This record gives sequence, C-alpha cells and structure tokens, in this order.
Amino acid sequence: MARFGRPARTRVTTMAAMNSSSPLRWLLRAGVAVLAPGAGAAAAATDVPDPMQQRVAACASCHGARGEGLPGDAKVPRLAGKPAAYLQQQLASFQSGRRHHAAMEYVVRQLSPDYLRQIAEYFAAQQVPYRRQAAPAVAAAAMQRGEQLVRHGDPSRGVPSCASCHGDTLTGVEPMMPGLAGLSYAYIDAQLDAWRTHQRVADGPGCMVVVANRMTGDDVAAVAAWLASQPPPADMHPVPAGAQREPLPGWCVPGNGGVNP
Amino acid sequence: MKRWWRRGILIFVLLGMALLGWWLFAPGCVQQMPPAQLEAEAAKLRAPALIARGEYLAAVGDCAACHTERGGQRYAGGRVLATPFGDVPAPNITPDPETGIGRWSFEDFWRALHEGKGRRGEPLYPVFSYTSFTKVTRDDALAIFAWLKSLPPVHQPDRAPRLAFPYSVRSSLLAWRALYFKPGVYRPDPARSPEWNRGAYLVQGLGHCNECHTTRNAWGGMEQDRHLAGGTIPVQDWYAPDLGTQPGGGLAGWSSQDIVDLLKTGQSARGVAFGPMADVVRNSTQHMSDVDLQAVAVYLQALPARAPAPAPATYTQAASHAQGGELYARQCAACHGKQGEGAPGVYPPLDGNSSVTAPTATNAVRSVLLGGFAPATVGNPRPYSMPPFAQQLSDDEVAAVVNYIRQSWSNRASAVWPAEVGRLRHTPVD
Repeated sequence: MARFGRPARTRVTTMAAMNSSSPLRWLLRAGVAVLAPGAGAAAAATDVPDPMQQRVAACASCHGARGEGLPGDAKVPRLAGKPAAYLQQQLASFQSGRRHHAAMEYVVRQLSPDYLRQIAEYFAAQQVPYRRQAAPAVAAAAMQRGEQLVRHGDPSRGVPSCASCHGDTLTGVEPMMPGLAGLSYAYIDAQLDAWRTHQRVADGPGCMVVVANRMTGDDVAAVAAWLASQPPPADMHPVPAGAQREPLPGWCVPGNGGVNP
Repeated sequence: MKRWWRRGILIFVLLGMALLGWWLFAPGCVQQMPPAQLEAEAAKLRAPALIARGEYLAAVGDCAACHTERGGQRYAGGRVLATPFGDVPAPNITPDPETGIGRWSFEDFWRALHEGKGRRGEPLYPVFSYTSFTKVTRDDALAIFAWLKSLPPVHQPDRAPRLAFPYSVRSSLLAWRALYFKPGVYRPDPARSPEWNRGAYLVQGLGHCNECHTTRNAWGGMEQDRHLAGGTIPVQDWYAPDLGTQPGGGLAGWSSQDIVDLLKTGQSARGVAFGPMADVVRNSTQHMSDVDLQAVAVYLQALPARAPAPAPATYTQAASHAQGGELYARQCAACHGKQGEGAPGVYPPLDGNSSVTAPTATNAVRSVLLGGFAPATVGNPRPYSMPPFAQQLSDDEVAAVVNYIRQSWSNRASAVWPAEVGRLRHTPVD
C-alpha cells in the first residue's frame, strides 16, 4: 500500500468509539464547565479547540472520519486529498440541486458558502494512505482498451485521454480537477454513466458530458476497470495548476462551454 | 306547445351554463393607474429608509424561501410548492416588467397581500399565505413593496400551476375563501402589552407561523381552534410542533431565552431546528432583531395551557426495547449522552426534547434517517452534525431505537412501527 511521507495519524475517533479521553469528551467537559445552560452554540464553538472532524460527523458515517472512504462501500468516494476547490464546488452543486444524491443534498442544504469551503479544505488537507481497490474481473482485451483510453484516448472518436485533463499521474490537477487514481470501479462507472445521461453536469465547460457521450458502454466499463485495478501511486497529491502535459481541447476551455463539437 | 316548452328549458339551461362559464373563466382586467400617479408612487418607493425597512420585513416574512428556486436567482420564483391538491410554482416577484411585478402598482400588491387577489382580480391559491399576510399593515406592505421594486429585475416567466380538477378552476376558491379566509389587518389587543401585541402581529401575520404550526383539514383550511397547536405539514410530511410553552404545550418548559436562541442561532439548550424549520431559521428568523425575537417569545409564552394528551399505550415488546437500547448505546450515546442528556450548546438533549416526544414519531424517525447539520447562522456559523442512518439501519432498527428514545428517561410517547419508518424512508426531501 502506498504511503505518504508524513505518517498517518493512527487515532481515528469515530462516533461509535468515543472513550473518556476522546477529544469530544474533553470538549464536552470544557463546554459544560464554561457554559451556563441556554448559552448559544456559538459560544461553545469559540471556547473549545476546533475539532472539525467532530463537526463533520454527518460526512464521516459514509466517507470515513477523515474522508478516506469506507471499505465495503465502493459507491461512496474518498474525499481525502482531493483539490479543495473541486470539493467545494461539488458541495455547492449538491446544495443548488445541480448534482444529485438525496442524502448529500439534505445534509449540505443549510450550510453557508464559507462553511462549505472550510469543510472542503478540511478534507482536502487530510493525508490518509490509499486503500487498494478490489480489481474487477474483466477480459484482458477490455483492460487494454481501458489503458489505451486513459493514457492516449481514442482520436478516431474524438475522445481525449483521461490523463490530458486529470494529470499524467491521474492524481488530479489543482485547483479544480479531481484525481482518478484510487477510486473504485463502482464509483467511476456510476459517474461516467451519470455524465452520459446528463444526471451529472458541470458549472463550467461541459467537457465530461461530451467525452462520456463519445464513449461506448464497453469503453466506460473498460476505463473504470483499468483505473480501479491500478495500485495508487506513491504521491497522491494533485499536481500544481499549469502542470498539465497538453492543453485542454479548445471546446473544453472555461468560457467556451457552449461549444459542443 | 310541449315542444316549445322543452326548447325553452333547453335555451334556459344553455344560457345558465354560459353564464356560469363566464363567471368561472372570464379573464379579469388590470386596473390601470394614470402615469403621473404611477411616477409619484415610484418616487416614493425609492426612499432608502423605506427600502431598508422592507428588506428586513421581507426577511421576517421569508418571502425568498418560496419565491426562489433552488439554485435559482433570489425572488425570481420557480420553486414548485407541492400541495395535496397539486403543484403551484411560486411566481417571479422581481420588478421585471414582462415576467415579474415591474408593472404592478402598490394597490395591486396590497390587494394580493391583503385580499389574496391577483392583478386581474383573480383569487390566488392560498399556498400563498394571504390567510396570514392579510394581517400585515399597509405601512409594512409598502416597505416590502419598495424593497421588491428595488431588486434587480430577472426575466423569468412564471410556470402555470398543475392542479387537479376542480381546484384548477380558480373560481372554486371562492367557496374556500368564504369558509377559511377572513381579510383584516391585525388589531392590537389593548389589554395586552405592546410587546405581546408585536409578537402576535409577527407570529400571526408576517411570520405566518400558523401556516405550518396549525392543523389543516381535508380542504387545506386551518382549524381556528387549533391556533399554533401543531400539525403535520401536508406533502412535506414533517410535524410542525405545538408552540405552546405552558403545561401540555409542545414546547412546555421552554424559556423565552430558549425560543430566542433557537430562532436566532438555530439551536437552543432544548433542541435544534431541522427540516423545514432549519430553512426558516437560516433564511428568516436569524435576521430578526433581538427586540422582535423577544416579542415573539413573549407571545408564545402567553399561549394558553393545553389539555393534557391522553397517556400513550406503552410499547411492550421487551425484545425490541432491548435492541433499541443496544443501538442507542452504540450509535447515539456518544453525542446525546447515556441518559439522553446531550451536550449543552453542541448536541441537543433527547430526554425531555419536544421533537422527540411529539404526538407523532415522524420527526424523530426522519432525523435518524436523514441526520444533517444544524443550520449555519451568524450566531452558529460552524454547526455540528448528525450522521444519516438511512444507509446503516433497517426499518426495524430505526423503529427500535426511536421507540427506545421516545420511551426512556422522562419520555413517554407513543410507539412507531417499522412499516411507518419504511414509508418515511421513501418520503422525498423537498
């Protein structure tokens, strides 16, 4: 398993595993000691250390306490280490109804843009080792097709390579491009299908809608299978802005969104 | 002779039908104001102090909540309001001349707010809460109108309501109005304090609290003797609690400070705003002045004591209670405390929590299923949250843990059955 330079914290507090020394208990004792009953929540928030992990318990139950994703739930994406601006945009999209998922839409609906940013930054800053995804069983030819599409695209169908936008290392590009490495087959497959059927749409240029619609159903499965079967690279950080190997296709440049080749 | 007689009856019937048709479907006409008068009114509406007061009052009335589509431009309409009779999209109330209220005079606006009639005199569907807004004073209405007129115009055509027959015929509202709508500005009660009267004006009028917190009958009318005594919100299927704070009331034991805290920050020592009330706090009440919030609290504190509810049948399935207790210890106690005591200012107590012990378990069940954050407000900008358990717990488990919470410590509320959890699991979140 790939690891980051910085050792991962081993003590991960979950809702179910609170003990007497947990940050929450400390926080509660401090809160109880300081606050008279009836004092607003704001006072509690300023008088105690800032356990963001505790605040976002609603996220943790599906995405993991630090956004590392939960084993056994392949449809829920990992959040840790994704570009902050990307995460913030997705949260805002769930809020505005642009992106659909009933549970996500309900959870984020009452949050301010500023708090959404802080939550996005919290998960973006988490460095948790990637878990190797279960490799789906697909034919060798499909695996080859998947690798071809990811690395080189299919010029005959006008499909750019995944790497051309998501970075050569497939770990994403700051500030807005999410990584593809380390995601599960189920999640990639579901998202590509969502782009194909316009269930998922983007704020800016609708590149993914166009790209996904140029792929066949078999292409989608092949790409998802190949990506999910790769060992996560040692350094999972998104590459800095401007470090992309080739420029985005002309129709996929922000401001050019209406152009659908 | 007989034939003539028959023909006469036929003609009479046809004429009658034509008259009825005209009465039901005839287009109304707009009452035009002379241009000079319109210009004089427009100048008056541009006064900055009036606009500022209107902005505050529009927040108190939470106009934007209905008149803004999710992800859409504020006040440009488009949010579809679902009712048991059909869907009514809220109209555009930005001052766009073609699609908004750009050509409206104040008299048009006043007629809508006070009489529940559109610009052509047509009766408006009472999903627009004119049953409450009729109590708003003319001065306040003028300020709100000035604020709306000061907004940037948004060109967004209104969509037609989709209602089942006979509700699709607007004139069918005439009967409804005769039964359930009494126009009239709020009249202060001289026997009460100015603070109480201000609270009553806000709660009954602009704040339109009754629209959710009063039981509606099968025709969607509010039962007058059930004023603020709680009810299930049709279609949305959340229970809006009784707001009485005296013995037997839904908020029994809430202090004025608790009420002010909840409306100001979304959270009090006694509970958290969730579901539709979280929207209300975030969009509306958090922006209210302390003086007005205090007035609301004074008014709610003075609501009469309620008749004690009959004691619910005890849930006797010991095995289920044990399962609920085990689930509570594993999933809930870390935040809500072993004895349901909560954590002051952070997590609400469950022991004695009116949202838990409400006459129906709807809110408790949906809170367990949906989880979520307290609303982010100026007073509580980074709220804590509760995990959604819909993905983790079965209908049986949710019922067991909710029954445990509703019947432990000092709580004595009725039981919920797994089938009801299954129904609520599939109730769409607006």
